[in-house]
Amino acid sequence: METLEQIKNRAELAVPGARIEVIANPGPSKQSSFLLDNEHAVAVAKFLRDHPVLRFDFCSNVTAVDWLDRTIKKTVKVKQVVDGIEKEVDQITEEKIPGYLEVVYHLYSIKHKDGPLVIRMRTANRMAGAPLPSLTPIWRSAEFQEREAFDLYGIEFDGHPDLRRILMWDEFTDHPMRKDYREPDDYDWEPTPHDAVLEKAKKHYPSRPELDGAEKITANPQ
Amino acid sequence: MSGIDDGLRSELQRQGIWVTSMQELYNWGRKNSIWPLQFGLACCAIEMIATAASRYDLARFGGEVFRPSPRQADLMIVAGTVTKKMAPQIVRLYNQMPDPKYVISMGACAISGGPFKQGYNVLKGIDRYIPVDVYIPGCPPRPEALLHAFMELQRKIDSQKLGGADKAAFLKPEQPSEFPVPAFGEHDLVPSANPSVFRPPMIERQG
Amino acid sequence: MSATGLQELEQPPPGMSSRLEGELLEVSMGPQHPSTHGVFRMNVALDGEIVRKLKPVFGYLHRNHEKIGENASYLGSMPYTDRLDYFCSMTNNWAYALSVEKLAGIEVPERAEYLRIILAELTRLQNHASLLGFLLSDMGAWGTPLMYAFREREKILDLFESLSGSRMMCDYMRFGGCRVDASAEWLARAQQIVDRFPRFLDEFEELILQNEIVISRTQNVGKLSAELAISAGITGPMLRASGVNYDIRKVDRYGFYPRFKFRIPLGDHGDTYDRLMMRALEMRESIEILKQALPQIPDGPIVNPKVKVRAFRPPVGEAYGRIEAPKGELGFYLISDGGPNPYRYRVRPPSFINLTILEDLCLGHTVADVMVILGSVDIVMGEVDR
Repeated sequence: METLEQIKNRAELAVPGARIEVIANPGPSKQSSFLLDNEHAVAVAKFLRDHPVLRFDFCSNVTAVDWLDRTIKKTVKVKQVVDGIEKEVDQITEEKIPGYLEVVYHLYSIKHKDGPLVIRMRTANRMAGAPLPSLTPIWRSAEFQEREAFDLYGIEFDGHPDLRRILMWDEFTDHPMRKDYREPDDYDWEPTPHDAVLEKAKKHYPSRPELDGAEKITANPQ
Repeated sequence: MSGIDDGLRSELQRQGIWVTSMQELYNWGRKNSIWPLQFGLACCAIEMIATAASRYDLARFGGEVFRPSPRQADLMIVAGTVTKKMAPQIVRLYNQMPDPKYVISMGACAISGGPFKQGYNVLKGIDRYIPVDVYIPGCPPRPEALLHAFMELQRKIDSQKLGGADKAAFLKPEQPSEFPVPAFGEHDLVPSANPSVFRPPMIERQG
Repeated sequence: MSATGLQELEQPPPGMSSRLEGELLEVSMGPQHPSTHGVFRMNVALDGEIVRKLKPVFGYLHRNHEKIGENASYLGSMPYTDRLDYFCSMTNNWAYALSVEKLAGIEVPERAEYLRIILAELTRLQNHASLLGFLLSDMGAWGTPLMYAFREREKILDLFESLSGSRMMCDYMRFGGCRVDASAEWLARAQQIVDRFPRFLDEFEELILQNEIVISRTQNVGKLSAELAISAGITGPMLRASGVNYDIRKVDRYGFYPRFKFRIPLGDHGDTYDRLMMRALEMRESIEILKQALPQIPDGPIVNPKVKVRAFRPPVGEAYGRIEAPKGELGFYLISDGGPNPYRYRVRPPSFINLTILEDLCLGHTVADVMVILGSVDIVMGEVDR
């Protein structure tokens, strides 16, 4: 497989106006990815699928990811005047990144037997009904997986032939896989609650703060 | 079996005369020909099929004929995780079974939600909506455990009385044999449990 | 759009003229159904007996495995992967262990790799045998081929039980190797089973695949073209039945598969009979791999000693690892933020994606063919719904 830089150059030549950013993967797996802009994503995807050298005809996996608002701390070396002498001092800067929803596609080429090429698309914010272009017209395998992303995350895919809930029932209104989803409270019967379950079960049992979480629990009341 | 002394009974049997009662005969027929409903949800269903297969033969206990239609079955083995999406269907199937009917809750998921308890779609036990007769712990329980549960159910059927004050539940006209089907709500099933069926015990904790 | 997703067809498809005017009959097949594929529902619109529209409905076994994966540690998710495709717990474990090893850059010792391959191929054997049994009982064979298949499956499950402690939910792989070592006696028993398996396969194939009813019910039914299969992301024996030569064991060369000589069977027509033949032929190739792997297995450690078990925190990054599971391509996509739990834990389920083209395969066939086609797709609801 060609390097990501080479593929990026080809794609930017073929689709004028496309902005592709290479997101480096810091871990040992070295699977770096492309970040596509939402307007030209469909055109870039079509190019990746149809170009004879690349021929990424197989979309293996479509994943939706929920990123909450994050602050990233960076240590930067800054020249400062300390006691009259100019020194290099570490300054910690905070960068606030607002939250967004992201969809990651893993592409393989069956013809050339290589891959994976990872492409991503991001929404502008985390509001419900955040739109993204659907890549189902390009790769049919995205059909059910994009429906699942809609069901569990609330991302709306423009151009999807049949966008409705797939795993939860139709009357369900929440998007359960989001990080801020709170599950319904049916913890009324818990024989041996502990840790997180104990917190949820305490609402249904009378609280005995000196006993809950204690080591000695006997079955016979006195 | 009142009125006949056991010694007299075995003496008569040695002479070739077999004495029994209506209740014993009725229960004997029922317990040795239980027809399970072919109803498997998840992994426990595979162990249920393995129990019905040739190694751990369920047929020798009478449970050979797995009926696909609930109208012809008298045992529902709830094998596998019960999800909230599937729960109304399970209650409907239970309602369609004719009396006398029994439920075996197989596996940790059907008893109380199991390893998937902390789930937005997992019903924490099928006994929230329908009454259960035998519980089988395990994940998945071995086929021998299902056979043991089957024998426990046979013992329970054997002990059901046909008359008197403590007669079997299905013979009492005021006992419901159909239970309300939960509806899909916006966040959860509505209602989240059936209070007439689901009466969890309170555990006393002492220091 | 209605909740079932079915819309009225205005005209019959070309080539099918209906002399009688009528409505389409909407039937919901499932979730309680005599065929043993789990809680799966199909909303079918029928014109007499011919299928005009088919929409699969699932989610009846959605156990939010991915959310649990985010709340549990990396090792804590390993028992949950057993319960994804509950027939093939060993390959599920391997796919997850492979993904975490890619994420954290962990090496696996030789003996562990051999053990992994042996167990994966044994899993493939019992999965394909059970599939043929289930498909035949869907067709109305009333469980007899299933008894034969389960007889062999029980032998393999005995091996799994004596090695890992559990018949089905083995929880056997660890990051950097395996959990328990296999004794020489276990390897001898495995060798015995592998030596006797071809005789069972001969008998099974003769009974099933040369049966006149099976042939007439499965040939030319549910044809899948290669282009549609590639575009729809189909993997596994279904893809190879359509003639596409893509087996992840040969393409990704993971584990020590490149050391073994085995062939990849390919189909010519892409119909249901080819899919059945794929499974039968793959069983034979698995026997070939096992015959080479079992004598060659070296001594040595079974787990990488440098891997921390407690406080296992892979570096920040992401990885996608995949293997050739018996049902298709099983992949795990993990995003790590440096903590003990994954930030995003995603399962790429082969059965879920293989269902994308179920409607295309069933259109124009009768209701009876729908069950046969569904059986040949080989779905497990634990994987479809996760």
